[in-house]
This record gives sequence, C-alpha cells and structure tokens, in this order.
Amino acid sequence: MNESAISARDLEISFPGKRRAGPIHVLRSINLEVRRGEFVCIVGPSGCGKTTLLNVITGFIRQSSGEVLVQGSPVTGPDPKRIFVFQDNGVFPWLTVEQNIGFGLARRSRDEQREIVHRYVQMVGLTGFEKAYPRELSGGMRQRVEIARALAANPQIIYMDEPFGALDFITRLKMRADLTRIWQEEKKTILFVTHDIEESVQLADRVVVMSQRPGTIRKQIEIDLPRPRDLDSPEYLEVRDEIFHTMGMSLKVGAA
Amino acid sequence: MNKSVLLPAAVLLAVYGLWDGAVLLSHSDIFPRPYQVFLGIAELMQRGLLLKYVVASLFRVSIGFTLAVLIGVPVGLLLGWFRPAFLAFNPLIQILRPISPIAWIPIAILWFHVDDRAPIFLIFLSSVFPITVTSIAAVQNIQPVYVRAAENFGLTRLELFRRVIFPACLPQIITSLRISLGIAWLVVVAAEMIAVNSGLGYLIIDARNAGKRYDLVVAGMLMIGLIGLILDLLIRRLERFEEVKWGYSDRN
Ligand SMILES: Nc1ncnc2c1ncn2[C@@H]1O[C@H](COP(=O)(O)OP(=O)(O)OP(=O)(O)O)[C@@H](O)[C@H]1O
Ligand SMILES: [Mg+2]
Repeated sequence: MNESAISARDLEISFPGKRRAGPIHVLRSINLEVRRGEFVCIVGPSGCGKTTLLNVITGFIRQSSGEVLVQGSPVTGPDPKRIFVFQDNGVFPWLTVEQNIGFGLARRSRDEQREIVHRYVQMVGLTGFEKAYPRELSGGMRQRVEIARALAANPQIIYMDEPFGALDFITRLKMRADLTRIWQEEKKTILFVTHDIEESVQLADRVVVMSQRPGTIRKQIEIDLPRPRDLDSPEYLEVRDEIFHTMGMSLKVGAA
Repeated sequence: MNKSVLLPAAVLLAVYGLWDGAVLLSHSDIFPRPYQVFLGIAELMQRGLLLKYVVASLFRVSIGFTLAVLIGVPVGLLLGWFRPAFLAFNPLIQILRPISPIAWIPIAILWFHVDDRAPIFLIFLSSVFPITVTSIAAVQNIQPVYVRAAENFGLTRLELFRRVIFPACLPQIITSLRISLGIAWLVVVAAEMIAVNSGLGYLIIDARNAGKRYDLVVAGMLMIGLIGLILDLLIRRLERFEEVKWGYSDRN
C-alpha cells in the first residue's frame, strides 16, 4: 500500500500575463506525494492555485517546470482511469441524468450500463430524476450527477475540485459519508480540494494546507483518527484548530 | 379567445380597412383592393398556377438550402475545431460573405443559363455563409469544461465530435438554420424575377409585365409572406427538442 499514486516534484506553474506585468506565478516549488488508496484534502485561500494544481496533475494543462508522475509514469494527458470532478458544472446539458451518469460506460454492455447507472442514481439520491435534463435540476442535484458520473466510470484516482460546495448542509453530510464509504470499499485514491476545513478534517487521511498566491505547500497534517469521525472529540477539534491556525497565520503574513 | 389571437387579428383587420379605404379614396384604378387580391388568388388557383409556382419556389429553396446545410455545418465544425484550417480559410470566407447573392446573379446566369440551377446556386450561396460562420463560432465558444470532461472519459476524436462538439453546438446551429432559411426565401423570389420562368418571383414580374395585373402582383406577395411564415414556424419546431432546449433562454 506504500506505492506512490501521485508524485509531484518541484512543480512550478505560471501563466503568461499581460505583456507589461510579466508572467503570473501561480504555484511554486510544490512537492506532493499521495500514496495509493490515500484520501488527501487540499485547503487554501481562494485563488492560490488549487484548481490549477489539479489541472496539471490530470494533464489538462502543462507545468512550467518540475515533474508529475501518476501511477508511476509522467502525465501526458487526461486518462479515464483518473476522473476529474469539476468545480464549475461539467454535466452535459444535452443529456439526461442517466445518460450523463452513463457517459463513461460506452464500452460496457447494455445490461452492465443499466445496472451501474441505476446503482449510482440511487447512491446520489436522484431516483425519479433519471430522465430529467440538467436544466430541470437544482445546482446541487447537478453536482451530484457529476459525482455519480465520475464514480460510475470506476476510476482508480478521483480528483475532486470543491465537489460539495454547491450542496446544502444535509446533502453535504450525506455525500461525505457516501464518499468515505465508497473510498473504503473500492480502495480509490482521492485528491480532494475544499474551502471547508471541517470537511477536510472529516474526510482526509492527510490535509495539505496551501499559502496564498504564488501557492506553496505551507503544511501537511496527518489525521490518524478512526472513521466515522466524531466531530466533537477533542482530537478532532485539535486537528481542526491546527489547520485554522496555519491558515490564519498565512492570512496575517499575506496582509503584511 | 386569448390575447395572442385577438390582438394580431385586430391589427390585420385595421390594415385591411386602411388599405381598402386608401384605394377607394385615391380612386386608383390600378392598385387593387384587398378583395380583388383574394379574387386574384382564386383565379391563380383555378388556372393551376398557384400550386405550380409555390412548388417550384419551394423546390428550389429545399435543394439549395439542403446543400448549404450539408456543406456549411460540417465545414463550420471542422474549421471551428482545427485552428490552422480556420486561420487559412477564414479570410476567404469573410470576403465572400458580404457579397449579396443578388450580386451573383449575372455569374449564375453565365454558368447555369436560365434553368433551375441558377436560383438554386444563389440560395445555396445565401445560406451557406451564415451557417458556416455560426458553426465555426459555436465550436470556438464551447465551454472548455465540456471538452475536458469528454477528454477525461477517453473519447476518441470521432466520439468527441459526435457526443460532445456536435450536441454542444446544435442549439446555435439550429438558430442559424432558421435565419438562413429566411434569407433563402428572400433570395429565391429575387432570383426567380430574373433567371427562370416559374415560381412566385416570376409570377410577380410576369403579372406586372403582361398586362399590369397588380391584383396578381399583390397576390404573389401575399403568398410569399404566408409561406415564409409557415417555413419559420416549421423550422422553429427544431428548437423544441429536449436535446437543444438548454441552449435557449426560458422566455415564452
Ligand atoms: N488560464 C489562466 N491564465 C492566467 N491566469 C490564470 C489562469 N488560470 C488561473 N489563473 C490564475 O491563477 C490563480 C489560481 O487560480 P485557481 O483557479 O487555481 O485558484 P483556486 O485555488 O482554485 O481558487 P478557488 O478556491 O477560488 O477556486 C488565480 O489567481 C487565477 O487568476
Ligand atoms: Mg478552484
């Protein structure tokens, strides 16, 4: 279980900015190791480069320098074994809920497709909406379609970019529990970006705290608490406060 | 009866009255009264000309427009996707596009004489540019997140086109079809005034030249308007398919 699923070394990313201002440095000296089967959360202030980091690891954009190895080989492009759940909704508006969830299953038999789609429709609580189009759903329901679409494709690694941000509190709690269960059952590697520190402590084996732009890794905090996690336990609160503290410090530094 | 029927009916009735009154007051013996136009339509039907001319015009529009769709949509999608091809061909398209189909009439006659191919060619020209240009823009404006999602699921180039690019562009393509069908209908009438001897455009010119039959002129105009309206209503139905509804705002 100690093999590396994701390994980023000395990663730097900058975008060409306006000519006069020069390039925008977004990420600086990122070194990140994610073990196979590990659940890692990334937290950090808005605009620090979390989405950009996931984009590079997935292979949607190329780094400026440094190296990313995923499952042992350099990333050359996106791969269906590693599915990205987008922050802004990537559900296809011209397909129904079930067609969206089955999108990655074209190479399976009809029966398999039907069975898998049915299972994930149930899991994300969209029973009765199978034939609905995304425009007939709420924002949170659309996000659940996207999550189901990713899970249905049975990837080994899932990259999730604030996937629960648009959900209401109750649904979010349920989705966290479901995701934890799926992760435990199916032994997936999950790299999960969130704004929500509570969420990161509830979900992750390890929380990676990033600084403001240019984003660097400020701290990595291992969370060795048994699941399901008791949100009132002193250990939980201690880890949570440590992350708050790290983030708070970074805010003060940023303001100076 | 609801407002959407009552209000237009009132306006049409008022126009009818104004028109009739104006002709009576001016004592014109050449401009027809509305009832004379309806008699004109009846006369055309009796002589078997109305159906013949309508069919002739619709036939030319169908062929020219269908050719424009079959060429404009694929070419537009490909140019929108392959940047070098776009850079190579876009200037040519932009130069050809503003040339009115009417300006092509002499060349159409030169190439095709006065048979059906001349107006068909003109209709094709009038439709193919709006369709191509809209298809190009539709591909270029696809939300990147759709393309990324598709690439992530390991689609081949061909699948990407069929399952994502095409459906993502379809609402805008349908809108361009609607607009260019309207233009095609304008152009067929203009082309028939010059290049052929059948069709509604020919009817109008012929009625004027052979005996100043202005009742038939206006009858022809009325038919053009009505058929244009019907064509628009028919093609609008495409916008109601569930697969494309997302592309239109939720008004009405
Ligand atoms: N294509 C691009 N060109 C130029 N700058 C970009 C580009 N993409 C992102 N940026 C910049 O990089 C920075 C990081 O963006 P990114 O989307 O990764 O932030 P984030 O951490 O995901 O923020 P949030 O939490 O708000 O989603 C931002 O300042 C953004 O303006
Ligand atoms: Mg982001």
